[in-house]
Amino acid sequence: MNVLRLFILTLFSLTAHAQEINAAVASSFLLPMRDIVTAFEHQSQHRVSIASGSSGKLYAQIIQGAPFDVFLSADQEKPKALLESGHGISGSRFTYAQGSLVVIATNGLTDDPKALLSRGEFNRLAIANPRLAPYGAAAVETLKALTLWDAVSQKLVIGESVGQAYHFVISGNAQLAFIARAQVYNPQRKARYWPVPTKLHSPIYQDAVLLKKGSNQLAAKQLLAFLQSEQALIIMDDYGYQPAGQQ
Amino acid sequence: MGFSAADIEALWLTLRLAAIVTLLLLMIGIPTAWWLCRTRCRWKGLIIAIIALPLVLPPTVLGFYLLLAMGPNGPVGQLTEALGIGLLPFTFGGLVFGSIIYSLPFVVQPIQNAMEAIGERPLEVAATLGANPRDTFFNVVLPLAKPGILTATILGFTHTLGEFGVVLMIGGNIPGATRVISVQIYDHVEAMDYAQAHWLAATMVLFSFVVLAILYSRKHLMIWK
Repeated sequence: MNVLRLFILTLFSLTAHAQEINAAVASSFLLPMRDIVTAFEHQSQHRVSIASGSSGKLYAQIIQGAPFDVFLSADQEKPKALLESGHGISGSRFTYAQGSLVVIATNGLTDDPKALLSRGEFNRLAIANPRLAPYGAAAVETLKALTLWDAVSQKLVIGESVGQAYHFVISGNAQLAFIARAQVYNPQRKARYWPVPTKLHSPIYQDAVLLKKGSNQLAAKQLLAFLQSEQALIIMDDYGYQPAGQQ
Repeated sequence: MGFSAADIEALWLTLRLAAIVTLLLLMIGIPTAWWLCRTRCRWKGLIIAIIALPLVLPPTVLGFYLLLAMGPNGPVGQLTEALGIGLLPFTFGGLVFGSIIYSLPFVVQPIQNAMEAIGERPLEVAATLGANPRDTFFNVVLPLAKPGILTATILGFTHTLGEFGVVLMIGGNIPGATRVISVQIYDHVEAMDYAQAHWLAATMVLFSFVVLAILYSRKHLMIWK
């Protein structure tokens, strides 16, 4: 009897201590999230599997019942919509990061992206789809604020995400691209980029939310709390994210 | 509700792309299929394998390599620049080029099968009656391979209509030039505009079904005759 009780107790403590959760993460945040999850797993013994995709695709999967416990979007609209539709847990939404927009050029080391942009010395300028990606919308706002919009709108090519905009430039098919600062994070290979001043576009706030499936998972709540910890903020800072700030 | 102006532009662009690609594919596919039927070239197996590759490769792989090949450092890009055409990515011409490669097996294989099914006998009879190879090809082979050519035309057309991965990789989503229906649907879904997405998606399903139903019903009738 005692053995059985011990066994059951052990089972309970195991499930309480080491849980497995699924996190849906916007592709633009995948790289920092991997590092954050590694740190989180190290100190908590929980296991987190990451599913990444565009925020729009993940949103569609969540409302169709995908087994995700937390959702880290690249914008604020989708977590808000999930709260309204009852898929998110009210009160759990918070801004985990503020993204930074940069401009890169094909010849990352020799070209000055800002000079190329303002002088119009390019054939193609890649941006993420402004309808889908907050970084794309911020790029359009920036071009309008710089009064370059009319000059460049014929030269625009639109990627489905900042990842694709980056790819268009790296393959040499576009000469300039507006992308996320996180994408040029590479300690070994410093590329030249122009950090777009934040006053040129509305801030890129990225929100996270606890989902219904994760409401009973302690690990899901702990992961969201960990996202706001000093350790996570340091990782995000490395990747060029600013602290969430006020909104 | 219904279609927006952008939807109609995408529909029109897609139909134009599919029509041009199908025409070019027939011009390339018919001679290629005939050559594959007749040749004793020892590279034949390899060539058939290369043509069939798009059947099994994910479109992202094709699109990725097409983007690199057509870029300023790729072989196709250097050729088109030397010819004064400029770079193909993000242009309608680039989509035509990519679609031809993507849909080639769907055109070559049915035609080749139909031509192989003709057998030696009709060709020998034609030759005995004094027909030169040209006459035989136009008056014997082409009429007998007609069902295969019809299948190839429809498969090539519908496959190009439904193309997505390759276009997404090399298109750049430019209205009127590279934003085809499938990309437009994708954008609607990603932007959570499901009503707009339904309109286009349902149109695609209906159109493809009707075309395929006509194709396979016809074939069924032919077999019974």
